[in-house]
Amino acid sequence: MSELTLLLIRLAFLAVLWFFVIAAVGVIRTDLFGPRTAPAPARKPVKQARPAAKPKKGEPRQLIVTGGPLQGTIINLTETPITIGRANDATLVLSDDYASSRHARLFPQDGQWIVEDLGSTNGTYLERSKVTRPTPVPLGVPIRIGKTVIELRK
Amino acid sequence: MSAADVTPVPMTAKRRGAQLGMLAFAVLIVMGAYASVGLGLKDKVPSGMLVYGLGLGGVMLAAYLVLAKFAPWADPLLLPLVTLVNGIGLVMIYRLEEGGIKDASAANQLMWTALGVVMFSATLIALRDHRALQRFTYTAGFVGVVLLVLPVLPVVGSEHYGARIWMNLGPFSLQPGEFAKLALVVFFAGYLVAKRDVLALAGRRLLLIDLPRARDLGPVLITWGVSIAVLVAEKDLGTSLLLFGAFIAMLYIATQRTSWVLIGVLLFVGGALLAGQVFSHVEARFTGWLHADDPKIYDAGTSYQLMQGLFSIGSGGILGSGLGRGHPGLTPFSFSDFIFDATGEELGLTGLMAILMVYALIVQRGLRTSLASRDPFSKLLAGGLSFILAWQVFIIVGGVTRLIPLTGLVTPFMSAGGSALLANWMLIALLVRMSDAARRPPPQAIQDEGLTQVMQR
Repeated sequence: MSELTLLLIRLAFLAVLWFFVIAAVGVIRTDLFGPRTAPAPARKPVKQARPAAKPKKGEPRQLIVTGGPLQGTIINLTETPITIGRANDATLVLSDDYASSRHARLFPQDGQWIVEDLGSTNGTYLERSKVTRPTPVPLGVPIRIGKTVIELRK
Repeated sequence: MSAADVTPVPMTAKRRGAQLGMLAFAVLIVMGAYASVGLGLKDKVPSGMLVYGLGLGGVMLAAYLVLAKFAPWADPLLLPLVTLVNGIGLVMIYRLEEGGIKDASAANQLMWTALGVVMFSATLIALRDHRALQRFTYTAGFVGVVLLVLPVLPVVGSEHYGARIWMNLGPFSLQPGEFAKLALVVFFAGYLVAKRDVLALAGRRLLLIDLPRARDLGPVLITWGVSIAVLVAEKDLGTSLLLFGAFIAMLYIATQRTSWVLIGVLLFVGGALLAGQVFSHVEARFTGWLHADDPKIYDAGTSYQLMQGLFSIGSGGILGSGLGRGHPGLTPFSFSDFIFDATGEELGLTGLMAILMVYALIVQRGLRTSLASRDPFSKLLAGGLSFILAWQVFIIVGGVTRLIPLTGLVTPFMSAGGSALLANWMLIALLVRMSDAARRPPPQAIQDEGLTQVMQR
């Protein structure tokens, strides 16, 4: 075995050792920030960013109150989050004994609208399941907050 | 679209694939290292490569399967990282054995690794909820102290290499102190959860630091007394430093008061100085550290081992001499206390840094678990266990590189030695159990509309 081969083996081993460390850090990274899809969309943000301003087909444009005292109210969806509750500064102010003052929040993320319960007393329900953590809201699925039912529409 | 189709946003995933991939990667690196040792020593791929490599691989696969079954949400990196360090340790011991060091035995170390994994699995299977440990706070403290004291007792205890930390068990000898540290960390965590408020809030403020009340200082003084007593009775500097540091760190985690750290450091420095004056073996360690390069002290043998280790690292340089190409056998105990120097000679600074990074990542995963845990007991226990691992690496690596006085401690997972391997695998099992609990998503409420939607008027 020549010295050169041994040198190459030595260097390769050290490189592989460091590659292991880097791979481990990569796993931690993925754990923190989600799967490594970031670079892929980053290359095509031009295509996705423009439609974001004008909602694409299939993306909700309106929030409609379909049940409760405020039935028929329509809010146009923009990029700003929507807060729902009894507090006066909420986007959708409810006068409902079953709603908390800051009850729930709807916000856009990657073209999806996400509903998040803000620690309300009586809970927020997406269709039939209680919202325990930020959950994406599909089109036309009812969100119940106390007596109020809201839906996302095109 | 039904509720079941709603995919949740959160990030935690099981990451089983990543875990298995990293595990296979670690085992492959270890097998590569075996091959490299054989090529370096004898110009051929050693027959041991398949035996040891596949042995390690099989053992780790078993550990993975147990983990996947009993702690599916556990951190995906802990097991692969530990596998790598353990494997590099195995390779180094194999290399030293092949190099003619008669006390190094790769087969023994592999057997202890397998037993360590058995302990790991047993802990994971038996301990389904780590919070059960909180109920045994004082029992754990008692067990810890008993384990610490065992080696001093006349029949069971025995003295090797100037430290009385071994316990005879038929053909084996165990170091009960290694297990004592786990029991004591459980005790500290349970105790501090109960007392942290009073420790943090009651007291007077003097000269910008919060002085605790005298009666709250009691446990600190008792721990201090115990660690000094261990130092005196067993001549085991490493363990006493380890225990005291762990307690101070956990006090700091629990109370977030710098004053405790100051008090702890002052107490330890005072104790160490006093011990340096009174006990000859402590004084010898100090002299060997401060004047290691003094020819008289080197010739007298006080700093011989330390300096040989430093020469060894030095001759490795940046890239090392290559596995099997160095002379780590020149350092006494290069397979246990000084394995870090031996590794440094053959893998160089680059390899040492990679290994230290792996340790750092293990500790980081532990601290991450501590942050993600929901109850204070788990936070303290995970923080304490990660700290004790980091602190142990610091004490021994600092010792063999002459940053701090040399104290006999094992390099976790690398040094030859069964007790330490078993205890450290148990430590990892506890961390895995806690990370499983911390990363597991909260249970989904099962809601039935017919039962819950009663608010329509």
